[in-house]
Formats: sequence, structure tokens, C-alpha cells
Amino acid sequence: MKKVVWGLVALLFILHQDVWFWTDDTLIFGFLPIGLAYHAGLSVAAAVTWFLAVKFAWPAELDDSPGESAGAQS
Amino acid sequence: MTQLYIICGYLALLLCLGLFSSRLFKGTSGDYMLASHSIGPVLLLMSIFGTTMTAFALVGSTGESFKEGIGVYGKLASSSGIVHSLCFFLLGVKVWSLGKKHGYRTQIQFFRDRLESDKIGLLLFPILVGLVIPYLLIGVMSSGLVISAVTEGAFDTAFAGYDYGVPPWLASLVICGVVLIYVFFGGMRGTAWANTFQTIVFMILGVVTFFVVANKLGEPDAKTLGEALQVASKRVAETNSSKFIRDVTAKDQQKYEAAYAAWEAKAEANYAKTNNASELTIAQKNDARVLQDDRALPETRPDGWADSVIDHHALMKFPRVPGIDGRNSREQFKDKIGHPNKWIDPNDESLGKHWSLKKAGGVYRATKWAPNAPHGTDKWLFMSYFLVPLSVGMFPHLFQHWLTAKSAGSFKLSVVCHPLFIMIVWVPCVLVGAWATSAVNLETGRPLFAPHFPANAVLPSIVNMLATPVLAGFLTAGILAAIMSSLDSQFLCIGTMFTEDIAVHYRGKENVTDRQQLVMARLFIVAIVVVTYAFSLFEPRRVFTLGVWCFSGFSSLVPLIVASLYWKRLTKLGAYACVVAAAGSWLYFFADSGFARNPAYALQIGDIKLMPVAGMIAASTIAMILVSLVTPKPSDATIEKFFPSKGGAA
Repeated sequence: MKKVVWGLVALLFILHQDVWFWTDDTLIFGFLPIGLAYHAGLSVAAAVTWFLAVKFAWPAELDDSPGESAGAQS
Repeated sequence: MTQLYIICGYLALLLCLGLFSSRLFKGTSGDYMLASHSIGPVLLLMSIFGTTMTAFALVGSTGESFKEGIGVYGKLASSSGIVHSLCFFLLGVKVWSLGKKHGYRTQIQFFRDRLESDKIGLLLFPILVGLVIPYLLIGVMSSGLVISAVTEGAFDTAFAGYDYGVPPWLASLVICGVVLIYVFFGGMRGTAWANTFQTIVFMILGVVTFFVVANKLGEPDAKTLGEALQVASKRVAETNSSKFIRDVTAKDQQKYEAAYAAWEAKAEANYAKTNNASELTIAQKNDARVLQDDRALPETRPDGWADSVIDHHALMKFPRVPGIDGRNSREQFKDKIGHPNKWIDPNDESLGKHWSLKKAGGVYRATKWAPNAPHGTDKWLFMSYFLVPLSVGMFPHLFQHWLTAKSAGSFKLSVVCHPLFIMIVWVPCVLVGAWATSAVNLETGRPLFAPHFPANAVLPSIVNMLATPVLAGFLTAGILAAIMSSLDSQFLCIGTMFTEDIAVHYRGKENVTDRQQLVMARLFIVAIVVVTYAFSLFEPRRVFTLGVWCFSGFSSLVPLIVASLYWKRLTKLGAYACVVAAAGSWLYFFADSGFARNPAYALQIGDIKLMPVAGMIAASTIAMILVSLVTPKPSDATIEKFFPSKGGAA
């Protein structure tokens, strides 16, 4: 599942370069330019991907890190 | 005046919150700088988001959309939603874990330890502080500008030189004072609470602003909010359609070419009239263009000056004379300038009200300067913008916020919700900026924003023009909330760095009591506020441009933090090479861009255009890898400390 999650992150990077909407002037719902709507959708997709990341790829070993503060290294 | 009362009320409320949270303060330096590692998921999400969303996100994004169109969202907002969370996930959690285990309070403490080098601190310290200061400037400048714009005409006789509103220098001073007070007394805990409160305020008021502006722009045809949204967008589609795509439409190109040809004819006519010339030579035609656009004419003309007429692109290479629009407009419109709420002739209202200095400047620029050339977004440039949000990986103030977390799990909410929060703030700002290009005054039929309107002033101006005074006051408070929620963390962080990385480090921890550390941090915070405020009085650059340069500098150092956490082979000398290459390339590109005077500056490799940050990251990464590979690797103790073998002692 970890690999799937990181694959989705890579996909987000690829989908970000939306050359297909570069010159498209369609207005979604009559007011939202499609180039903006697409990238807003990409933000939602990012949130979903990160949800999957914290669920399936979280570094669990860090959750129980010791709580002591050894004092700043000077 | 109503707006001013509401802004003052908001600032007073914020002070109360800051002082209240200081009652929770435990009195130790650890609590002052890191809130004793007690910040839970919700407070961490709100304080991290509030810190990363600055004037850049609200004022800058609206202004940039006004200038360049909706492509700005993809350039920095959707990319940030992916990259910021990636940094929190891969860097933040690991940094938190190491920080808690080894007691780090600053980035430099971590790097000194990881790289087994004391001097790396001396190299990094001025660079990090030097990059945070422009970031601070963005906030301080914008707060002054916002308050000044919305309080125009608030006073009857005072501040005539500032359109009878609060002068930007005074507004910035008050904002610095308020932030200083709650950071001074509340430290990180006060900052986290204030950030949370302010993040809620600016997110709610941001959405309210959007709907209020949309409703007003829909007048008089729209009867519902949905119709109003459609009317506002339809105007852009009809008159400035390029703002809704990332290219230039044929219609906009033709409109520009016609306007530019008319402007050239006017420039030549004015020159001929001034110099009593009946027919102009090519050199004189070129002189005419430069002078009409208020640009400095070089004493020695460039080669070919008398051979061909320069085009708009070549014209823009001549620097514009600073402040000339203000001086000339005051002279040209001296009969019309006055209190913006008073009639020019009380007996003849048809003459209208006095013009503000800002309006006079706007009319002057719109009628004298060359029209703006429409331009699309280069696809390669767009892609390389992805590297700019990487800067969060090296923000020292964010590093400090990461260390405040109660547990690694506290980061989960931030990682997931950050992209959504960015969308909630940025989409309305970007749409409002695009709408502003085509908004008209219903009474006069003229555009609300003339060509060359200052990008930084679009958001506060549209709020002031379209909302009622009470609402405009609240909406301004929302904008200020976003600005202050970043300033506080940055001030606190620099105070912490001076204390920990310089004062305590070189005097020896055993020679400085906890109480003395606290006093030092507070004194350093006061000093940095004073220095930043002084700089803000002289810095006129576009918020967006300044922000991108500052973020690019931090991004160029990200390879260092990534390698420190994930690459055992990173050596001390490799790290030095990385920092020197990052700083050197940043300085070179910054100077080459005319010190940010050219907002369109990009690296050109053949036909490919890239953001300068791409060159900086390439330089710092290559230098770091090559030097690390040919220099002795870190000691086994350090490798075991930062990369413990499975089952080994940490």
C-alpha cells in the first residue's frame, strides 16, 4: 500500500502540469474558469492522497519517540 | 472612520488574547520558545497554516491574479498543497523526533550536531536571518498598505499627504507594536493561540469577502448569488479573457496592439510638440517612447538607436524613474486633489468629489504610460514553480513550530488538511483578482481599476469600494489577521535564533541562566522588530515578486535538510559547498534580475524558461553531492546517532 500511496503522490506532480487546459476558457457552473477549477480539484485530490499517506505510510516508529529533552546542543 | 474603529477594536482584542495566553506561560525559556512541546493537532494545524499563509497568500495572490490571471493558483497554491504536506510528512515529523530526542530549539543546533561542525552555524545564521527579513518585510509593508487604503478619507484635516487616511508608516508601526507585545509576553504559546484565532478569522472573513464582492460585482443584473458570480466572470470573459486562461487570446492581443499603436502616436505627438519638431527621426521616436513611459533615457544611446524603432519589449528594459508618477500627478491634477469625501465645488456637485492622491496617480499612469502587454504563462516556467513551495522545508520559523508538537501524530491533521485550507483561502482571492480586471463603476461606466493600478492595493481597494464601512472594517481585520499570524512566528524565531545560536552558544550554556535566556530572546525580538520596521520604510517592490525571491532562497537550501535526514554520506564540507552554492547562485540571479525590479525574470536555456530557483537548487544539490563524495564521511558516532541501526541504541 505504501508504494501505491507514493505512486499517487507522483501522479499528483504529473497531473499538476495540465497542458490540456492551458487555453480552455470554459466556465464551470458559468463562473469558475476550468483551469482554476481543475487545480482546486487537485488540492482536494492532494488532501485525499495525504489522508491515505498518514493511514498507510505513516512512520509509526516515530509515534512513540522518547519524550525527554536532553537540552540544546551548544 | 468606521473601518478605523473596527481595526483598532480587532487589534485590542488580539492584544487581550496575547496577554491572556501569557498567563499560561510557565516562565521558562523552553516554554517561551517551544511551548514545552505541548501543541496538539488542531492548534498545530492552525498555527502552521496561519504561519505559512501570509500577506503573500491574500494581498499577493489577488494582486498577481489581477496582473497575470488565474494561472497563479496552479503556480503556487495547488503546488503548495502537494509540496507543503510532503515536507511536513518527510521532514517535519523526523525533525520533531530528533528535536525532542536531542533537545534542539533551532535549525542551526540540528545542523551543528548532524554535520559535526560549529562553523556551519556561522555560515547559515546570516543567510537564514537575511532571508527571513524580506519575508517579514512583506508582512509589515502589506499591513501598512492595507490599513492606509481602507482608511482613506477617515480624518478631516490630518494626514492630507496620505489622502486623509492612516499613513502606511504609522499603520505598519502599530501592527509591529501589537505583534511585538503579544510575542514579547506570550512567546510561542501566545503565538500559537493568536495564530489559531487569527487563522479562523481570516478564513471566515476571506470567504465572506468573496461573496460580498461577488454580490456587488453582479449588480445590477444579478438577482441571486449564483447569478452574481456568473455576471462577474462573464465580464472578464468578454473584456479580459486572457485572465481566465494561461495564454493570450487573439481578441486581447488585437486590443493591446491597437492601444499600443495609439500610445506610440501620442508619444510622438507629445515629443514633437515639446521640441517644436515637425517630423521626427527614428532616434527621436525612440526618445519619445522612453520619455512618454517615464523611463530614464541613457546619456549614451544604445547601438542601433537611430536605425529602427524599439518595440515594447525593448522599451521595458529601460528602468522607470522611481516616484515620477507621484510627483507629476500632484502637479498635473493639483486643482482636483483634495479630501476624497468632499465636493470640489459644494455648489456644483456635477464636478464630483476631490481626487485622492492615489486616484490622481492612477489617472496619470493610465493616461501616460504604455498599455500593459498581455502575456501567457510559459509551460516550463509553470512547472519550475513547483520548486518554490519547497521553501517550507527550510523556513526557520516553521522548523520551530514543528518542534512545538506534542507527538508525531499531531502532524497528521496538518498533513491532510493543509491543501484544503490553501484552497479555501486562495480560490476566492484569485477569482477576486481576475474579476477586478473587468469590474466597472456602475455610475460612470469606467473601470474600477485603471491600467497600471498597483497590484498590492487591489484587495484592500476592492474591499473598501464594494463593502459597507462596517463590513470593510471587518474584512480588513481578516486581512491583517493573515499578515500578523506570520509576523509573530517570524519575530519569535529570529529572537530564538539570536539567543540560542549566537549568545548562548558562544557564552556557554552553563554560563547563562534560563532567566537570562528569556530576557535575551525578548531583547532580540525587540531589536529585530525595530530593524524590520526601518527597512519597510524603504522597500517598494511588488509583494509577489519579493516573496518568490525569498522563498527561492529557502528552497535552494532544502537539499541540505533532506540530505541531513536521509543521506548518511552527507559530509561537513558537502554541506558547506551546498550553502555556498545556494547563496552564491541566489545573489547572482537576484542581482541579474535588477534586485527584483524585473518581475518576469527567468532563466533561459534555449527555448526553455525556468524559475531561477531551478538553477539555485541544481547548483546547491550538485555541489553538495560532489563535495560529499570526495571528502571524509561523518564519524560512526554521528551516523549511529542520526541513522540508528535497527535494534541499536538511539
